[in-house]
Amino acid sequence: MLLPSRVSRVGAWALFFVLFVPVFGLPIVVVGAASIAGQWNDVLPSHLTLRHLHDAFVSNAGVELVTSLATGVIASVVALVIGTWAALAVRALRRRGAKVIGTLFVLPIAVPSVSVGLGLLVAFSRPPFLLNGTATIVLIAHVVLVTAFAFSSVSAGLARLPAHYEQVAASLGGRPAYVLFRVTLPLLTPSLVAAAGLCFALSMGELGATIMVYPPGWVTLPVGIFALTDRGAVFDGAALTVLLLVLTLVVLVAVSRIRTRASYR
Amino acid sequence: MADAAVMPGLPRAAAGATATAQVRSGIRFDRVTVAYRSTVALADFSLDVEPGEVMALLGPSGSGKTTALRAVAGFVAPTAGRILLGDTDVTTMPPFRRGIGMVVQQYALFPHMRVEQNVAFGLRAAKAARSTIATRVAECLTMVGMAAYARRYPHELSGGQQQRVAIARALAIRPRVLLLDEPLSALDAQLRSGMLNEIARLHRELPDVTILYVTHDQVEALTLADRIAVMNDSRLVDVGTAQSLYQQPPSDFTATFVGNANLVPVTVEAYDATREEARVRFAACSVVVRANGGVTPGERRTLCVRPHALALESPGSGANAIEAKVVEVQWRGSAHRLYLDIDGIELRADSKPLREPPHRGERLTVHFASHDATLLAAAGPGRGAERGRG
Repeated sequence: MLLPSRVSRVGAWALFFVLFVPVFGLPIVVVGAASIAGQWNDVLPSHLTLRHLHDAFVSNAGVELVTSLATGVIASVVALVIGTWAALAVRALRRRGAKVIGTLFVLPIAVPSVSVGLGLLVAFSRPPFLLNGTATIVLIAHVVLVTAFAFSSVSAGLARLPAHYEQVAASLGGRPAYVLFRVTLPLLTPSLVAAAGLCFALSMGELGATIMVYPPGWVTLPVGIFALTDRGAVFDGAALTVLLLVLTLVVLVAVSRIRTRASYR
Repeated sequence: MADAAVMPGLPRAAAGATATAQVRSGIRFDRVTVAYRSTVALADFSLDVEPGEVMALLGPSGSGKTTALRAVAGFVAPTAGRILLGDTDVTTMPPFRRGIGMVVQQYALFPHMRVEQNVAFGLRAAKAARSTIATRVAECLTMVGMAAYARRYPHELSGGQQQRVAIARALAIRPRVLLLDEPLSALDAQLRSGMLNEIARLHRELPDVTILYVTHDQVEALTLADRIAVMNDSRLVDVGTAQSLYQQPPSDFTATFVGNANLVPVTVEAYDATREEARVRFAACSVVVRANGGVTPGERRTLCVRPHALALESPGSGANAIEAKVVEVQWRGSAHRLYLDIDGIELRADSKPLREPPHRGERLTVHFASHDATLLAAAGPGRGAERGRG
């Protein structure tokens, strides 16, 4: 154990709460409180009400919720496929090529997401790539942004996968595709699940690129929240945020429950 | 590369899955070199493994033995030379076409598959008939004594059980060649000796399977192998039967690595051609030893004598007697190891457990029979009398 004495453990917990509560906990608590606030003029909110949460369900938010879910699921699946493919390809490549491709895939993380959105808008605004004003361009933006995380997560999983599983499978007569689907991917399941969760969470909260490219018919929850708070409807925006949080959390918990025998490796 | 299907005698998993009669095939390394950038992992390696033979590749880590095995499996590409399985050149053939069973140190059982699915893997990959798979899996699991564990997952098995399953999985495709890469290294001493017997029994039951057994453990090599190829520094040093390498090591490296022999620089005093014996001198001692092949008086040679050949009691008339000082005494359960000094030359002697072991500094006489010692070339590795095809 890193901290052997009781006093040091209590100290560590105290430090954790001092750091965690203001930095991570407080914003969530404030959003939660704002979602049920009728007024907030003092330290604490007053005239508590469930109206904002109720409105969130009956208003456009329902559509936005489905849009966000669809975007998140589609983007995660596509990103997972592309990211896994890229990670497998990079592993098979020689060192220099691998580094170039690896860097290219991670690049979107370093660029502001607004710039990614702008880039897509310019790139897909004239024929033959005319996607401006369609849901597809939103999906592409999300895929570009989250693939980097899928790639990184799967690459890390592949690096930890001992070569002898695939080698033994090949020696037993398994062709490359057979080994990939029967051995490599099943053994990578923990990494794939982690990557899927990460991609989905990132996509659900994505705003910067989406706001540059979204058409009126494909408004995601973060865009809706931004529009509400922009209009001054802060409590309604907070209610939608709570909805987004709960939904993301439910999906993430469900995904994290996917465990396979590969976890015993 | 020609299609495997039209090449007769080609070992492949698919063929193995449906073949009724086992075809024997050996392994030939023809001047194989494997290099990674500037590092040479295997240098100009030539070796013939006869069909049905158990060949051990024995050497310290970094000696190139695992590289040689991986080259047969197809996981490293030789930079020069050829590898043949039977009559087929497999140098550039992808691993899945080679039809080789492989067992590795880490077992490498697929953790997401049950024992029976693991064993069936090669047969499924070869699209064998369902009934064939069921029969073969049952047969192979019975052969390794794991039939009762068919429904278990690998993590529910002990190390020894996992290695049995790994062997069954390799045998299920009825390979002509079985590669065993340090298969017992991860097991504890007791299990290791049990598994060693198991592998020896399996080979008696499957005499047609050619086995290439990579190990750094001389006991495993001596127990299992028909012949041993001793490797060092990416090269083949010597190859021969276990007995010949042990009793008449062709080189000082083999003498030390196989059986941990005492090596003493000596000068030949006289040679008796009729008895093939030489009188040699080191320090103040003059001893008679076996000298097959002849030596000339005045020549410098290396005397090779095993620690267990040095006895505190005289084995009979004509034995050599050497006066020595005891430097260190170690009790090793089944033996006492004595470190002796003869005018600056250190000798190790293993005796049966002594009731009253000698004390450090005590002077005593050790004996060895002339036929228990042999003469090697004065220095330098690998003057193996037998290389390649033996």
